[in-house]
Amino acid sequence: MSSSAPEHAASAPQCLQLNRFGQLRHFLSIEGLSRELLTEILDTADSFIEVGARSIKKVPLLRGKTVVNLFFEPSTRTRSTFELAAKRLSADVLNMDIRTSSTSKGESLLDMLRNMEAMASDMFVVRHAQSGAPHFIAQSVTPNVAVINAGDGRHAHPTQAMLDMLTIRQHKGSFENLTVAIIGDILHSRVARSQIQALRALGTPEVRVIAPNTLLPAEVERLGVKVYRDLKQGLKDVDVVMTLRLQKERMESALLPSEAEFYRLYGLSAEKLRWAKPDAIVMHPGPINRGVEIDSEVADSPQSVILNQVTNGIAVRMAVMSMAMSGQMAEMAASQEVRP
Amino acid sequence: MTSLINVETLLDTMAEEIKAVMAQRGISDPVLVGIRTGGVWLAEYLHKKLGLREALGELDISFYRDDFTRIGLNPTVRPSRLPFETEDRHIILVDDVVMSGRTIRAAMNELFDYGRPASIILAALVDVGARELPIQPDVVGRRIQLEPDQQVKLRGPDDLRLELRQKNATTSGP
Repeated sequence: MSSSAPEHAASAPQCLQLNRFGQLRHFLSIEGLSRELLTEILDTADSFIEVGARSIKKVPLLRGKTVVNLFFEPSTRTRSTFELAAKRLSADVLNMDIRTSSTSKGESLLDMLRNMEAMASDMFVVRHAQSGAPHFIAQSVTPNVAVINAGDGRHAHPTQAMLDMLTIRQHKGSFENLTVAIIGDILHSRVARSQIQALRALGTPEVRVIAPNTLLPAEVERLGVKVYRDLKQGLKDVDVVMTLRLQKERMESALLPSEAEFYRLYGLSAEKLRWAKPDAIVMHPGPINRGVEIDSEVADSPQSVILNQVTNGIAVRMAVMSMAMSGQMAEMAASQEVRP
Repeated sequence: MTSLINVETLLDTMAEEIKAVMAQRGISDPVLVGIRTGGVWLAEYLHKKLGLREALGELDISFYRDDFTRIGLNPTVRPSRLPFETEDRHIILVDDVVMSGRTIRAAMNELFDYGRPASIILAALVDVGARELPIQPDVVGRRIQLEPDQQVKLRGPDDLRLELRQKNATTSGP
C-alpha cells in the first residue's frame, strides 16, 4: 500500500473514473466522460439486451467476482436491477441495507468499507443521500475495487441517465436531430442533472427544461439547456418527453403550492402530450406518482416507453459493471508492471 | 502481406466435405453459425453453397472469453444473433482460424446457453495447430505450419483473402 502513493503522484492528472488507458474504472458521473465512451456503454448494453432475451440469461464475465450493493437510501427498482445485472454477469452479490446494519450502531463509513474490502469485494454499487459519497468511497477504497454510483443526493444518477439514453436511441436512432424536454423538479433531481449531461455529451442539439422557477437550479442555462416555464411552449416540436418524479416532501417545504396546482400546470395528460410531436416518446424514471407528474392514460399509452426503461436498466448496468471491472483490472495489471 | 491461397476454392471444397460429414452422420437439416468476424464472412458463403433453409446465425463470443481477467472486455462487442431455436438442432459452427481452441470452447459455451443442440460440426478455414485444448475441427480448409513470429489473418468481407504476416508487437493493446 505504501508504495502506491508516489505512483499516484507521478501519474498525470486524470479523471478519477478513468484508468491510464482512458477506460472506465469507476462510474460516478456522466460529467467528464467523452461521447465515444458513452457510446461504447450504449453499444455494449445493446449486446447485453440480446443476452436478456435468451433462455439462459447469464454470461460468465464476472464469475468469481463479488459485488456489494451498498444502499444507504431505500430503493427497490435500482437495487433489484443492479442485483439482477450482477447475477446475469455471474458475480456473487451481497446486498447491504445500511439502515439495518452496523452504521446505525455507530460504525464509521470507512470502517465498514474496510470490512467489505476484507471480504475480498471487487465492486461497490453505492446509493447515498449525500452528494459526493460515491466519489469519496472511490477515493478511499483499495485500488482494485470498482465503484458504481447508483444515485447520490442531488448530484448524479449516471446509470439511470444511460438507460434513458439507450431507450431514446432504440426509439429515435440517434441524438443528432432531437429536441428533448425534461419536465418537473429539476432543482432536486440527480436524474435530470445526469440526463442533461448525457444528452449534451451525445450531441443532442436541443435540451429543454420545463419547470416553475422554484424548481429550477440557479443559472440552469449554464448546463446547456433552454428554459421554459410554460408547458405548451416547451413541448412544441419535442421528440422525447422526460418526466420526473415529484417528491412529495417538496410540497411541504413550500416550493410548490400543491400537488393539484403542479398537475394543472405541469402534469402530463394525454391532452397536453398532443402539444409535442405526434411520435414523441414519454419517459419516467419511476416510481410514478400517477395523477401528479403524469396521468395513467399517458403512462400506459403506446407512446410510453417506461417499461422499456426498466428492461434497459439491467443491460446498461451489466455494461457499466463489466466495463468498470475490465478497466480496473487493466489498471492493476499496468501498475504491477511499473512496480520495481 | 502476401495473399496465400484462394479462399473461395477452399470454401467450395469445405462445403463438399461438410456434406460428406452430414451424410455420414445422417444429418439433413442443419443450421449454420459463424463466429465473428471472419467466421461470419465464411459462413455467409457456405450458407449459399449449402442452400440452407434457415437464416445464418452470428456469434460474438466476447462475453465468454476465458481471458477477461487478463485482457478485459472487447470494446467493439456486438449482439449475437441466432434467428432460430438451437434446442435439438444440428449446428455447423464456422470459424476462420483455429489455434489454441479457446475461441471454440467459448463459442460452444455460448451456444449451450441458447439450448441443447443435437450436435455440432466444426468447420475452420485454417488450422494452424498449436492447440491448448482437446478440440479438433471436423472440416479444415487448409493446415498451415506457422513460424513462431508469423500469424495468419482473414481479410474481408468482400474479396476474402488470407494474409500471412509477421507478428507485430505494437498491435497488441492493453
